[in-house]
Amino acid sequence: MSWLTEYVRPKIRTLLGRREVPENLWIQCPACQQMMFHAELEKSRKICTHCGHHMRASVPERLKWTFDEGAFTRIELPKVPADPLKFRDTKRYTDRLKEHRDKSHLDDAIAVAHGTIGGHRAVVAVMAFEFIGGSMGAAVGEGIVAAAKLAVLQDAPLIVFTASGGARMQEGAISLMQMPRTVIATRLVKEKGLPYIVVLTDPTTGGVTASFTMLGDIQIAEPGAEIGFAGARVIEQTVREKLPEGFQRSEYLLAHGILDMVTKRDELPATLARLISLLRIRMKEAA
Amino acid sequence: MRHFLDFEKPIAELESKIEELRKMSEADGINIAEEVGKLTEKADRQLRATYAKLTPWQKTQVARHPDRPKAKLYVANLITDFTPLAGDRAFADDAAVIGGLGRFRGRSVVVLGTEKGTDTETRVAHNFGMARPEGYRKARRLIELAGRFGLPVLTFVDTSGAFPGIEAEARGQAEAIARSIEACLEAPVPVIATIIGEGGSGGAIALAAGDAVLMLEHAIYSVISPEGCAAILWKDAAQAPVAAEALKLTAEDLKRLKLIDAVIAEPLGGAHREPDAAVAAVGDAVAAALAPLLALDGATLRMKRREKFLEMGRDALI
Ligand SMILES: [Zn+2]
Repeated sequence: MSWLTEYVRPKIRTLLGRREVPENLWIQCPACQQMMFHAELEKSRKICTHCGHHMRASVPERLKWTFDEGAFTRIELPKVPADPLKFRDTKRYTDRLKEHRDKSHLDDAIAVAHGTIGGHRAVVAVMAFEFIGGSMGAAVGEGIVAAAKLAVLQDAPLIVFTASGGARMQEGAISLMQMPRTVIATRLVKEKGLPYIVVLTDPTTGGVTASFTMLGDIQIAEPGAEIGFAGARVIEQTVREKLPEGFQRSEYLLAHGILDMVTKRDELPATLARLISLLRIRMKEAA
Repeated sequence: MRHFLDFEKPIAELESKIEELRKMSEADGINIAEEVGKLTEKADRQLRATYAKLTPWQKTQVARHPDRPKAKLYVANLITDFTPLAGDRAFADDAAVIGGLGRFRGRSVVVLGTEKGTDTETRVAHNFGMARPEGYRKARRLIELAGRFGLPVLTFVDTSGAFPGIEAEARGQAEAIARSIEACLEAPVPVIATIIGEGGSGGAIALAAGDAVLMLEHAIYSVISPEGCAAILWKDAAQAPVAAEALKLTAEDLKRLKLIDAVIAEPLGGAHREPDAAVAAVGDAVAAALAPLLALDGATLRMKRREKFLEMGRDALI
């Protein structure tokens, strides 16, 4: 497979990652304002020990929590043209990209890895909200396509953790075209009889929601995540009505039939493992 | 009364002068043919010069022109035996998405369009072309119907975007759009999309993930409105003209980026000046795009469509 030799040079990353935050740092829960030790939060998977609020998590954290023993192999994603529109708002797009790359140690708003979940081989794509709001440009689209192709190649389910503010406006219509491109990616996986599971995390909005996110065989959301197509403010301005309590939150979507389940972060790996084992009748045993 | 855009003021002045002279000559019997001829020539030159170098922001105004031909006019002029089909079979019929069966140049087809309406009453009735989930579910249903009966799908896209409403979200706007895109991509029949006015974001691509995507010369197609983009990135909606430029939303730009397949020339001064000519030009372009696709079987069409979208943006250089 040429795309594999061309693009997917496996890179083994250290399991525990960088430890930049001192042990004794206090962190405040954005929901209940209570203070917690950083070490305590790390143990609780960034779930507030007071109110159960699920704080946003980084890509390394997600990968570590999802795979067995926190062990996984990241793949290098295909390169995409940088700044195809030569876009400049208050900043050059190229400068914005560089800033985010330096800050996040990510190439763009997505990372893809493979490993096992409950002993089952799995491919996992994780979106990074901290990278330009998790916006979807060519790199994110290409990441989803690469993840789908890897799942097919490994005969493994595809699990995508979504987090996005919407489109990468700086890539104009190229960003818009990632909607059909990622929909095609989901078809590649489904056609092979492989499970495609989406885990929606806070926040998931815009074009990302209206493409690959909503096409999961199984749709799981973390508690309290903001999920929608249009932004709450835009809706409020358009309909001039007060938004209902809990509007566009996981529990609201569950009640409206849009999700299969809302699952707490610490129960997620076991849930994923169980779902894969229930769905994988047609799949070969993991090597 | 013709509706003139701000940048058309000099043309408007010339045309009203011509009109005045005509009225005078009718009333007084004065022969002013020479004068009228000169002015007409001048107005024509002005119109040609203006429309030859419209800025992206000016094109945005033209694309949204109240008199611009809307989806219904295309259906009325290009489709015979049009038989509207309604409903998503679950909740409602969304008038923002029109659709049905009909014949295009003798051939049975499924037609879909986002309809903005032409006056206050019809604009409200069609929700200004902003579809709710029911609209996208109707689209998906009709595309699947087309697939079952081997009918090509023709879509006419003109929408500022999907409707941002409480109920629309509650009924799964995002899922409805995703499924409509999927239906376009999976169809075992030719899918030809034409952006006739505004191609607004997800609400547009829901009906435009086709084998051939055509765009009228002064139509726009964008991931976000210039106003929305300016408000977010420049923190100032007044920067919309700058954002329009930066977004590369014109037919010419999108063709160069290989995101659309063809640009359809508009009559001088825009489609709204000669709606019938614009509609006819679209008809010819659709026929030309459709012809080579009719020879392909469903699996080949789907494969080629996928390849086309998967290649998009990979070599994007402007
Ligand atoms: Zn808390």
